[in-house]
Amino acid sequence: MNGARPALLITFGALLLAFSVSVAVTIGPADITPAEVWRSVAARLGWGGSPLSELREGIVWNLRMPRTLLAAVCGAGLALCGVVMQSLLRNPLADPFVLGVSSGASTGAVAVIVLGWGAGVVSLSAGAFVGALLSFAMVLLLSHSLGGGMDRVVLSGVAAMQLFSALTSFTVLTSADAETTRGVLFWLLGSLSGAGWSDVLLCAAVLCLVLVVCLASTTTLDAFAFGEEAAANLGVRVGRARVLLLSVTALLTAVLVSSAGAIGFVGLVLPHAARALTGSAHARLLPVTAMAGAVFLVWVDTVARTALDPQEIPVGVVTSLIGVPAFVAVLYRSRRKS
Amino acid sequence: MKHPVQAPGQGLRADRVGLGIGGRIVLDDVTLTPRPGETIGLLGPNGSGKSTLLRLLAGVLGPSAGTVTLDGRPLHRVGRRVAARRVATVQQHAHTQTELTVREVVALGRIPHRRSWTPMTSVDLAAVTRALERTGLTDRADQSWHTLSGGERQRTQIARALAQEPDQLLLDEPTNHLDIQYQLELLELVTSLPVTAVIALHDLNLAAMYCDRLVVLKDGRAVAEGTPDQVLTPALIAEVYGVPAEVARGSGGPVVRFLRRGASPSGGRGVARLK
Repeated sequence: MNGARPALLITFGALLLAFSVSVAVTIGPADITPAEVWRSVAARLGWGGSPLSELREGIVWNLRMPRTLLAAVCGAGLALCGVVMQSLLRNPLADPFVLGVSSGASTGAVAVIVLGWGAGVVSLSAGAFVGALLSFAMVLLLSHSLGGGMDRVVLSGVAAMQLFSALTSFTVLTSADAETTRGVLFWLLGSLSGAGWSDVLLCAAVLCLVLVVCLASTTTLDAFAFGEEAAANLGVRVGRARVLLLSVTALLTAVLVSSAGAIGFVGLVLPHAARALTGSAHARLLPVTAMAGAVFLVWVDTVARTALDPQEIPVGVVTSLIGVPAFVAVLYRSRRKS
Repeated sequence: MKHPVQAPGQGLRADRVGLGIGGRIVLDDVTLTPRPGETIGLLGPNGSGKSTLLRLLAGVLGPSAGTVTLDGRPLHRVGRRVAARRVATVQQHAHTQTELTVREVVALGRIPHRRSWTPMTSVDLAAVTRALERTGLTDRADQSWHTLSGGERQRTQIARALAQEPDQLLLDEPTNHLDIQYQLELLELVTSLPVTAVIALHDLNLAAMYCDRLVVLKDGRAVAEGTPDQVLTPALIAEVYGVPAEVARGSGGPVVRFLRRGASPSGGRGVARLK
């Protein structure tokens, strides 16, 4: 309820994120210190010269920096999608991955590549968006017709995830060359290894847009705590709010998935961790969740690309290893509550 | 005991409203005209349309016939937010998975008055504090909602409704599942508030004790309307609920006593009291 804590948390989060990014880009086979990274950044911004050789500049700016920033943006975006879905669907297990939205987005993106409907970042994202909307609509319709309980939503998500994962594999295996076939793992497991600046910019732009929409809806999200009718009684136009917020989260999921594949469980785990810090009011919860998601995925990706050096673990494998126990814990806790 | 807070003819009105859902008529030609500051009791068996009428008055359902108006304007043209500053509802069931304190639940009532992503103003905080005091929940303010008893949860919802600072209050069977002590406390509280209240109730005696006027619904139609003395008669109770009863007239309003089947109205041995 007090005013100082959220500002403090956000400042702390921003500092932690800046620190994490600058440390993460120094970790890897080529030795580069955080100080060198900061001076290189300063050089790019026009202050002084870079201390790094051209090769190392290239490693920082073309490989590690976009990858680390994409991890931050994906982490923030997925966590934000998770918290909005959890509040709107009143389901503590909701998350873009669990609800099959990420799988739908993968299928859409893969279809765009394989069927050759232009392969730029934007057309990939458009394909992913269509896939995400389709799977989201399928899950919501299916769970609604099954009675709409918490477990029904999750089971519908499982069905959608299986269907769209199968469609992705099918599409790739039947119509693509060997190179693309290897890429199927990328879409199914999620990986940040191919990150480039165009991915970072597109994802960051969409994240900002969706963050603004969500921050403009914090009291609306609060109002859903006791369900849709209670929200309507508090002056919320429920139908409009739901369509708007679910569409923007599907859009954000789609753009993130088209750049990084279906990274699971970030949206499930981080909102619960953030709630423990801030309580349930969305004005504090949304920015803190996004920040926590960013820091989380930066470090998870750092572990994923260095733990088994020189081999790389897809980042989605690591998030699932962390996420599944958390999923079980949430399931267990919500049983006691109802 | 009541303080009128608005000019006559203002506030919520249902004018010959009807609603059909899936070919079934849930509500048919019902008119409700609460006077400012008055407490109206909605009576009737389960499925008679009490909750539906409250939803129409709250504006979360639209009538398929007739109109609901707020100060003479059709409710659907008033706008949800504006309506929510005037009309507060306490639903029959309130449940959440979200971890919230009592104060946070009460603060939800400020949503129609607030902008997104701005802190609560001193006006908001004062309204929440007043609502907590009024419902005797100040001591519980920082307790988790999930640790509350049924009666305390219901009181928290009423505090939330008060934080909306409405002049129209709608309550759907607020005394359900409460101990008798809390039923009385809750209705004392509601009738002491400077609002126009419409309350759906099961218990005829509580309705007689606390309501200024009663409207009785049966199969979606209003079959009786008036003061408790006018409405609560053995004939009406037999017609609407299908049970024999006798009604004693006292200074504190009529008292309904249900009779065992086969017992004579004057000297029935068993007194079965319906909840």
